[in-house]
Amino acid sequence: MSKGLPEARTDAAMSELVPEPRPKPAVPMKPVSINSSLLGYIGIDTIIEQMRKKTMKTGFDFNIMVVGQSGLGKSTLVNTLFKSQVSRKASSWNREEKIPKTVEIKAIGHVIEEGGVKMKLTVIDTPGFGDQINNENCWEPIEKYINEQYEKFLKEEVNIARKKRIPDTRVHCCLYFISPTGHSLRPLDLEFMRHLSKVVNIIPVIAKADTMTLEEKSEFKQRVRKELEVNGIEFYPQKEFDEDLEDKTENDKIRQESMPFAVVGSDKEYQVNGKRVLGRKTPWGIIEVENLNHCEFALLRDFVIRTHLQDLKEVTHNIHYETYRAKRLNDNGGLPPGEGLLGTVLPPVPATPCPTAE
Amino acid sequence: MIGTCSAVSCAVAPVAAAPVAALADAGAMAATDIARQVGEGCRTVPLAGHVGFDSLPDQLVNKSVSQGFSFNILCVGETGLGKSTLMDTLFNTKFEGEPATHTQPGVQLRSNTYDLQESNVGLKLTIVSTVGFGDQINKEDSYKPIVEFIDAQFEAYLQEELKIRRVLHAYHDSRIHACLYFIAPTGHSLKSLDLVTMKKLDSKVNIIPIIAKSDAISKSELTKFKIKITSELVSNGVQIYQFPTDDESVAEINGTMNAHLPFAVIGSTEELKIGNKMMKARQYPWGTVQVENEAHCDFVKLREMLIRVNMEDLREQTHSRHYELYRRCKLEEMGFKDTDPDSKPFSLQETYEAKRNEFLGELQKKEEEMRQMFVQRVKEKEAELKEAEKELHEKFDRLKKLHQDEKKKLEDKKKCLDDEVNAFKQRKTAAELLQSQGSQAGGSQTLKRDKEKKKAPHHPTQAGSVAGSCCKLPNCMVKGAMFSGLL
Repeated sequence: MSKGLPEARTDAAMSELVPEPRPKPAVPMKPVSINSSLLGYIGIDTIIEQMRKKTMKTGFDFNIMVVGQSGLGKSTLVNTLFKSQVSRKASSWNREEKIPKTVEIKAIGHVIEEGGVKMKLTVIDTPGFGDQINNENCWEPIEKYINEQYEKFLKEEVNIARKKRIPDTRVHCCLYFISPTGHSLRPLDLEFMRHLSKVVNIIPVIAKADTMTLEEKSEFKQRVRKELEVNGIEFYPQKEFDEDLEDKTENDKIRQESMPFAVVGSDKEYQVNGKRVLGRKTPWGIIEVENLNHCEFALLRDFVIRTHLQDLKEVTHNIHYETYRAKRLNDNGGLPPGEGLLGTVLPPVPATPCPTAE
Repeated sequence: MIGTCSAVSCAVAPVAAAPVAALADAGAMAATDIARQVGEGCRTVPLAGHVGFDSLPDQLVNKSVSQGFSFNILCVGETGLGKSTLMDTLFNTKFEGEPATHTQPGVQLRSNTYDLQESNVGLKLTIVSTVGFGDQINKEDSYKPIVEFIDAQFEAYLQEELKIRRVLHAYHDSRIHACLYFIAPTGHSLKSLDLVTMKKLDSKVNIIPIIAKSDAISKSELTKFKIKITSELVSNGVQIYQFPTDDESVAEINGTMNAHLPFAVIGSTEELKIGNKMMKARQYPWGTVQVENEAHCDFVKLREMLIRVNMEDLREQTHSRHYELYRRCKLEEMGFKDTDPDSKPFSLQETYEAKRNEFLGELQKKEEEMRQMFVQRVKEKEAELKEAEKELHEKFDRLKKLHQDEKKKLEDKKKCLDDEVNAFKQRKTAAELLQSQGSQAGGSQTLKRDKEKKKAPHHPTQAGSVAGSCCKLPNCMVKGAMFSGLL
């Protein structure tokens, strides 16, 4: 039971007869712990059900970005992940379309529903990344896009009359496709990840992993992990955001053993052992996409969708977005970045990042 | 949990579990936000297999559970209506607190926070109670502390939200989610104090009116009373909280409950044996009132509505409606505007900065003032000290002068004395001469003795021969003669 302090405390805590110039927020007394199971059922745990119903009604947003050189199987993988044609494959483009001169950002949204849960999935494709001869600063358009989404959200949030639910277009997850050379990361890979790991959750993925044998695969993964560590690149799940011991052990296991996931994507089905499975047919056998012995696609899918989907969104909202917001509000020193009451022109959203706080 | 994979047509938001209703049935279900966004030009695609994101609500809920929930109830009502008892009964426990007296000078609010734990759900429950409400003679300002308290909680949240570095997801939400307004069971109608207070509170908090101590009213009076209250509330435009009826799983029960408002409740923490069970009840000579018997009072309904069905909705309404309203008013008051699309971005920021500068300027001014004051005080003190010093000097001079005068006087006196002594000596030598001339026969011995005797002082006498009368010593007649001769 709480030790009820007499009047003195109530005077200190609450506003009284004498009106104060600014009502001071009441400080609740230190909470007293009561285990209500001893006292009979109250019904507090029904709040879980209530919450679940509410979230099912409002639906979810999820925005995933795929980055990598063309031909690494990005669109196929996304289609395999979400078991639907959410991404138009490059091969279906008009043959005459040249490779874009700069990196383009294409965002396509779909609504998918399963088990009563509706999700608005947006796949953001980046054709042209790493495809030119001179690839300097090719991550800049991507960074700019990500920052633009944060900016949009911030503007909505700062409004006086806010929408009930601010549309969330921020990039929650960025799958970065690593080419399966078997040697090590390319300088472009390192540069990209170095710049973007601070603004978005990056999940590195080894594409077209069916070109490597098991030993080559594990060696390559180790080398990649080492290189990322040496370069100080934190991919998702970031160590610093592990909340409790349980999370930490779980995430450590993923970080140190499974990532980066070596995946194979396919949207064609074949008959194997009497079952229809997604796979790739080669003269020497059928590579089953969802078979854990063949590739790690199932791990990636479970990781991204079944266990960490909400966490991806939360890290984006609570950490990356907050960092952006703090930087933005600080940098301007309070002065408006553009059209304020003076009528100056709005400068563009920063494409290059200002040095982050940490 | 293999879900139903359904293809959804663009314009429709179908009911959750039902299979595809491809007909444009847009009017039926309140359009969810997804539908709105869908209408904005997204395709919906069919799924070819089980993807697994139907675990998303579970993921979300698990995260919330690990963070814990908070729920804040405000109990407003006159002293003695059973607020504390009802809270105890509702949460099955004995919260602290001595009953309040009727002699409070003004309305105060008493708040306590408790950590409740049930299965794996942790709830931070805060119960705020008014103390002294309705006890004063002049009750015009009674509602003010309550409104200020509610505003203070909104303000604290707003401050946190406006911070540059903020931690919103870990912030302990202290905004009031539900306000239970206790109505006295007079059986007639609402008191004017009740109406005024509820009118002031209805735009700031979800009000759930309840009739307290309803065992004082009979059943028939109760129905009339309830009707009277609801009609009064409606006619005065007081918006009480309506249980939401848009989600079909709870629409029915909420709809019926809405008709039972205001709930007539009884609180009791005493347990009595009724039949063969222990139940919470109140015992009267004429019978026993059972708290959890729906035929006796509406306590069970209140508990259902407040906790088991609508807790989340109360929290959401507080955040999305009342808090947003407060925020809008506050920001507009502070001078921010969303005037036109051009000045929208960060006009908040600019005004914020202007205010900050203003504030800094004020601080500087205050500092200046303080410094000035300080300098002045120093000057005054200095002047005082100088005065004192001067006085002391004067005093010192005076004393010195006195001292010198005295000294002079003493010196004069000393001079006089010396003169006298000299004169005496002269007379003495003259007398000795006379004596030696006159009495050589006396012999030098006598002279010697006399000389020695002369050394011992004798007080001088006046002129005139006083033979042997000046002192009693022998041979003094000589001195006497000398003295008379000298003077």
